[in-house]
Amino acid sequence: MGELYNKNFLKKLTSKTPILLLYISVLNEFDFNYLGSNYFSFNFTYILLFYWSLKNNESLNYVLIFIAGLINDVVVGIPLGISSLLYLLICGFAAYLRNITLRPSLIKDWIYFLFTVLVVNSLSYTMLTLIFLFDINYTNILINTFFTFLLYFIFYFIFKAYEKIVFESSNA
Amino acid sequence: METSRDDFIIAIRSAFIQKGTQQRFSLIALIFFALLFIILSSYNFKTINYVKIAIKEVIYRSSFVVSIPENYLKKSFVKIKDHFKLYNEYKDIKLELETLKADKTIDNFIVSENKRLKLIVNDYFLESEETVARILIDKQSPFLRSVIINKGSKNNIKKGFAVLDKKYLVGKVVEVNYLTSRILLLSDLNSKIPVSIEPKGLQAILSGTGEEGGIIQYQKKDFIIEEGSQIYTSGSGNLFKAGIPIGKIINTNKEDEKKVIFYSDFSQLNFVKIMSFEREEK
Repeated sequence: MGELYNKNFLKKLTSKTPILLLYISVLNEFDFNYLGSNYFSFNFTYILLFYWSLKNNESLNYVLIFIAGLINDVVVGIPLGISSLLYLLICGFAAYLRNITLRPSLIKDWIYFLFTVLVVNSLSYTMLTLIFLFDINYTNILINTFFTFLLYFIFYFIFKAYEKIVFESSNA
Repeated sequence: METSRDDFIIAIRSAFIQKGTQQRFSLIALIFFALLFIILSSYNFKTINYVKIAIKEVIYRSSFVVSIPENYLKKSFVKIKDHFKLYNEYKDIKLELETLKADKTIDNFIVSENKRLKLIVNDYFLESEETVARILIDKQSPFLRSVIINKGSKNNIKKGFAVLDKKYLVGKVVEVNYLTSRILLLSDLNSKIPVSIEPKGLQAILSGTGEEGGIIQYQKKDFIIEEGSQIYTSGSGNLFKAGIPIGKIINTNKEDEKKVIFYSDFSQLNFVKIMSFEREEK
């Protein structure tokens, strides 16, 4: 009985990993900023949200994503609500792609991800500079967008492997 | 043509308006909610400010706990890097110490003379009691350079207070919560500090670059600023008292760009001093 309970608990926990990763990433960004490189930064949260919204949207809850966005705003120090809006838009873009795709392919997802990140980052740049009058370095955003786009390819395989192990075994 | 437009609308409706099986709210409802948050947070309502402070207090503490493993990694990385540079740094520091010892005797005289003269012109500032605070969160984000400290309004911290690392200015307090505050570092793009460039005494504005250093802005082009010139706060606008050391000018390839390297290494901040300065009444 105890073993069965433990198994179920573990299954539940592993299926919630994307949301756990999301919260860890907003509270403690996996961005390697401490390396001090001016030419390397990426947004892990965007990759995570896009992939899981596209491939297994049941593993993410929109309300929890909204709260994660608020947390990110507080940690980074930008007005409340901006990250939530951006995260939800990423989910929306991914959901749209999921609805119109009959035969999924990595390249198409990847290119569409680039479009999504460009739109989302442009929106955040516009809001922060035009409405809230923040000074933001445009080059840094471009570098961030570029590496976020590049690293999607790597994380795609990591997440896919994880999805295969966790979600397929739990369906079996 | 008509069908493809219908497909587009159906896909959009399904993505944004319909609720998924595991979702309590539709995406569009939460997007509107986020927009409402953005609008409300841009206004200065008392109730919203209290909610914001409460959210921030909880999140800063949680973020500190979650950041412990990454901070450990970060510290190990810095330690290893420091070990590699140890011998060369030792030689440089030894040389510098000898020079400083010689300068110190002259400085003591100048400081007491300066204090006496400033009292005469009523420009002498009294330093408040310093509050030592610990850095709770330091994301070193390429977009916004700010850190969170573990002292807030409970410890009489107010907006605009100067933040020092040893004797060097590192930033100012821009947000105060009950138990925590946010410090905007001098390297942030949004940081603008009136400074004096010595020995010529040129007045200018020091702006952050979003990277490690800063740049000198709003300074007349006719004046030549030499490499190695020292940067101090000018005291203009009564923001800080004059003469807090900040950094020095370094050589750049661009003729009209004057870059500043800070004396304090902002990536290595563990504890900082929070201070305010008040003019002494005669």
